[in-house]
Amino acid sequence: MSVIQLTRRGFLRNTGGLLAGTLLFASGPIALLSPTKSWAMPMQTLDDQQGKTLLVFSRHLYPHKDMEDAIYALVVKDLDAAAAKDPAVKQLLVDGVAELTEAGWLSKSPQAQLETVKALAGKPFFEKVRSTAVVSLYSNDMAYAYFGYGGAQGDAGYIFRGFNDLTWLPDPPASASGPVPTV
Amino acid sequence: MGDFDNKKTFSATDDSVVVIIGSGAGGGTLANELAQKGVDVVLLEAGGLHEPGDFIADEWPSFQQLAWTDMRTVTGDWRVARDFPNLPAWICKTVGGTSVHWAGASLRFEEHEFRARSTYGDLKGAQLLDWPVTLDEMAPYYARAEQKMGITRTEGLPGLPGNNNFKAMYAGATKAGYTQCSTGRMAINPVVRDGRTHCMQRGFCFQGCRYSAKWSTLYTEIPRGIATGHLELRSGAHVSRIEHDAKGKVSGVVYFDNGKEQRQKARIVAVAGNSIETPRLLLNSASSTFDTGLANSSDQVGRNYMRHTTGSVWGVFDQPVHMFRGTTMAGIVRDEARHDPSRGFVGGYELETIALGPSFLAAFFDPGGWGADFTAAMDSYANMAGMWIVGEDMPRATNRVTINGGVKDQLGIPVANVHYDDHDNDKAMREHAFKTGEKIYNAAGATRTYRTPPYPSTHNLGTARMSAKPKDGVVNAHGQSHDIKNLFVSDGSQFTTSAQENPTLTIVTLAIRQAEYIAAQMQARAV
Repeated sequence: MSVIQLTRRGFLRNTGGLLAGTLLFASGPIALLSPTKSWAMPMQTLDDQQGKTLLVFSRHLYPHKDMEDAIYALVVKDLDAAAAKDPAVKQLLVDGVAELTEAGWLSKSPQAQLETVKALAGKPFFEKVRSTAVVSLYSNDMAYAYFGYGGAQGDAGYIFRGFNDLTWLPDPPASASGPVPTV
Repeated sequence: MGDFDNKKTFSATDDSVVVIIGSGAGGGTLANELAQKGVDVVLLEAGGLHEPGDFIADEWPSFQQLAWTDMRTVTGDWRVARDFPNLPAWICKTVGGTSVHWAGASLRFEEHEFRARSTYGDLKGAQLLDWPVTLDEMAPYYARAEQKMGITRTEGLPGLPGNNNFKAMYAGATKAGYTQCSTGRMAINPVVRDGRTHCMQRGFCFQGCRYSAKWSTLYTEIPRGIATGHLELRSGAHVSRIEHDAKGKVSGVVYFDNGKEQRQKARIVAVAGNSIETPRLLLNSASSTFDTGLANSSDQVGRNYMRHTTGSVWGVFDQPVHMFRGTTMAGIVRDEARHDPSRGFVGGYELETIALGPSFLAAFFDPGGWGADFTAAMDSYANMAGMWIVGEDMPRATNRVTINGGVKDQLGIPVANVHYDDHDNDKAMREHAFKTGEKIYNAAGATRTYRTPPYPSTHNLGTARMSAKPKDGVVNAHGQSHDIKNLFVSDGSQFTTSAQENPTLTIVTLAIRQAEYIAAQMQARAV
C-alpha cells in the first residue's frame, strides 16, 4: 500500500520535481484501479531528470515489459523519500545519476542502456536502487493486480472463493485431502 | 482486550515465582501448564501484543509488525550471510512468539531420530548425539500436545481440504511414484473446535491467523493461563540479563520496560527466547562466577546451531495455480522422510507445500537477482506452485551463536552473531531434495522449475542442547541446566538433533512434560 504522507516538514522541503506519465493499457487491471489514464508523482527532493533516470534504471533492473511506469514510479518515490531523509543517500543517488547523464544515458538505445547497467552491477549506486526496487516494485496494490495476486482481498479467506478451483489437474482423493466445511 | 488483562500481578521482589522469558510455543505453553497446576508465573515477552484483529494481510508490513528485526550479525558459508547479513532468522518478537507466524505443520519425530548418533554413526565434522529421551517416553506427551493443539488426522479430526497448490503437488507426486502425499498433520482447525472457528483458507498463515484457526499460544495458552489468576503477562519486556546469587542459583532477571531497567526476582527461571536469543541471554549473563556465561561449563551454549536443510522448488505451469489461495503449508510428501544412506546422506527430509506473495517471492527466490531472467520467473507468478524442503541438518560445534561484542542493539546490549557452514551431508541432502521437487513438478506438467536457496531460518534449534552427560550439552532430559538446578530452557534450543520434522509440536510436547517436572520438583522442594 502506498500512502503519500504529507507533513508540514514535507511541504517545506518539497523542492523536488514531478514524475508523470500515461497508462499504457486503457483497460488493464491497473486502469481499473486508477481514476484517470494520467498519473503524476511529486518528489520531495529529486528533480524531474533525476526521477526520470531512476525510473528508467529501475525498468532495466526489473524489466517487466507490460508493467506500467506508474508502478516503477513507486520505486522512485521510495528512493526520493530515502534521499529526503538522509543526505548521504541523496548524494549517492545524485552522483550516480550525474554520471549517467554525463554519458547521455537516457538518449541511448535500450540495449546500450542495459550494458551500462550491467557494468554498474554490485556498486553502491546500483545496489541502493536495486535493493529498494526489489521491495517497492513488488509490495503495492498495483503490482498485486498486475501479477494476479489477491493481496488483502484474500483477507476474508478463499474458502468459498476459489482456493481449490483449478480443474486442469485431477482432484486428490478424499483420503489425501479433507472435507470443505459448509458453514 | 479482556483476555490479556492480568487477574493477578506479582511484585518485583516476589522470589516465589517462576519467571519465563519468551511467550512462544515453548514459553507460552510452559506458562499455562504451570498456571493450571497452581504455580505462579511471570511471563516476560520482549515483543508487543498484536491480536488477530491487528494482523496485516500484506507481507512486508506484517513482517515489520511481527518479526524480530533487532540487530543480529551473520557469518559462515551459507548464502544467508551474504544476502541477509543482519537477518539470520525469520522469527517473531510479539506475544505468542513464532507460534503467531508458523505454518502449523505438526509431525512427531521418528523413533530413530532420538538416537541420531547411534543410527547415523559418528560423521566427521559433526557432533551427533543421542537424545536423553526416547520416543516411548515422549509418546504420551505427544498425544497430549496433539489434543491441545488439534492436529488434523489425529484424534478423529479430518485432514484439511487441499488447495490448488496442493493439487499440483499431489498430481506430480503420484505420477512420480510417491505414495505418501496428503494435506498432512496440521495444527489448524478443520472444523470448529476449542472455541475457535475452522480454517477459512486465507493463505496469510505466516502473517498471523485472522480467524485464530491455526493454533498459537497467543489466543489459547496465554489467555487460559491468565484466567487462572496464576499467570501475569508483561509484554514489551526485553530481558537483558539473568542474575544469580552467591550460591550460584539464579535469583532473578533484569529487563527493559519502555527503556527503563526493571528487576524481577524468581525462584526458577525458564528461558524460551528461541534459539538465537536464548544463548545470547545466557552468554550475556556471564559473571565473575560464571565467566563463560550461565549454564555453560560444557562450552556448548550457542553451539550446534541447526536450522534444517531447507530450500524451495517452484514449478511453473501452462495454466493458473494461484498458489496464494488457501493454507500456506497444508501439503506434504513423506516418502523421502527416512534414513536411507544409499541416497548418499544420513537422515531424511519432508517436502511441504509453500506459497509466497509477489513481495516475498521477489525478495527470497533469488536474493540479489535482477534482469530478464528474474522478471521471467516473477511474470509466471499466477501459474506457479511451490514446495519447501525440511531436512535433518547436522549439529556442528562450529555452527554457533556467539556474542558480537563490537555491535550493540537499541538497548545497548551486545548482539548475537550466527555462524553457519553447511556440512557435506546437508549439501548432498539438499541436492537430492531439489531433484525430487523438480521431478514432482515436471511429472505434473511444469514447463519450468526454479530452485531457491534457504531463506532466513524459520526453524532454529540446538543452541542449548539436551544431553545425558553434562560435558556434551547444556540441559538434561527435562530441559534443566546441568549446572544450575533452577534454570531451565524451554524452547527449540533444547533439541539434541534437528530431526526432519517441523519443530513446534515437539517444543510444545517438551513444555508439557517440563511443566510436570518443574511442578513436582517444586512440590518436593528440590528446586
